[in-house]
Amino acid sequence: MQAPGVNSAKKGIHDGLPIALGYLSVSFTFGMMAVAAGLPVWVAVLISMTNLTSAGQFAGLSLITAGASMVEMALTQLTINIRYSLMSLSLSQKLDRAVSLPHRLALSFGITDEIFAVAMGQTGTVGKRYFYGLMLMPYLGWSLGTLAGALAGSVLPQWVVGALGIAIYGMFVAIILPPARHSPAIRVVLLTAVALSCLLHFAPVLNQISSGFAIILCTLAAAALGALLFPLREEKPPAGTDAGQDGPRDETEN
Amino acid sequence: MPERLPQYLLVMATVTYLVRMAPLAFFRREIRSVFLRSFLYYVQFAMLGAMTFPAIFFSTNSVLSAVVGTLVAVALAWREKGLLTVALSACGAVFVVEILQRIVKFP
Repeated sequence: MQAPGVNSAKKGIHDGLPIALGYLSVSFTFGMMAVAAGLPVWVAVLISMTNLTSAGQFAGLSLITAGASMVEMALTQLTINIRYSLMSLSLSQKLDRAVSLPHRLALSFGITDEIFAVAMGQTGTVGKRYFYGLMLMPYLGWSLGTLAGALAGSVLPQWVVGALGIAIYGMFVAIILPPARHSPAIRVVLLTAVALSCLLHFAPVLNQISSGFAIILCTLAAAALGALLFPLREEKPPAGTDAGQDGPRDETEN
Repeated sequence: MPERLPQYLLVMATVTYLVRMAPLAFFRREIRSVFLRSFLYYVQFAMLGAMTFPAIFFSTNSVLSAVVGTLVAVALAWREKGLLTVALSACGAVFVVEILQRIVKFP
């Protein structure tokens, strides 16, 4: 049933280059933030090399700074990264069936918004060589960008680093506002989450809930409301169109 | 160095990996539930929104500088500027306000 597809490592590396360049600036910011939060340079780089995700890492950083519990950390990472499950699921249909389990275990580490989008945009199936190639440059860009940012953050004077506290949140705003501008449904979900979050923070009694759990509660409630009010329409792309448009696409990419 | 750092790193890496790995390795079917698909799609926006507000207002040395920084971030993000541009502009705004506060001895 499967159409012959793409399986060239060279083409993968080539396609991954623009992603890597985009990752440099974001990971540079993460490196600076991590050092500003009091982490050593090598820890910042280690986090990037073992997580390879922007929102999850920034969220993890703020939880480490807040001294959150391990359960809060696990639930937050689960919630904020759950979209990867959906991408992973879509990729399981796109990947060449012949790819063995060990390779699937390794390849899945490289699923990010951008890598997913490029892989899904290929015609036919995607082979393991192509996918490994595609992962390579973004992974290097992400790791090296973090290293550069962390080193820059270490040499900046304290009074500059102090003003960087808002940077993480500025990034979050930059991630969520563009899609919210284009989608009324996302606007409603976002405003609901923000309103609930403020309520849980300021209202008496409710403000006893720890911030980590409050965020998870707000997220689940607002996302459920969105799913009830604005169910995503099933998109069945007509034959010949880009397969990457099938299903909920992530919109947080640059 | 923050406490319990090794545990944090382990939990972050493990959970993030499992979420990516499980469907690709073990699942061969598509999620059909429209509710579940929609829910999973909206989760990312809801979570970032809840994480940002109201925490952004307490992320600097004064609420005033944070509010100004937030306004700058929102204005630029609405115009779809890049992540780094928005983040650093917010920092710059905070920086300027805090310097002014020190000069004027504003509370």
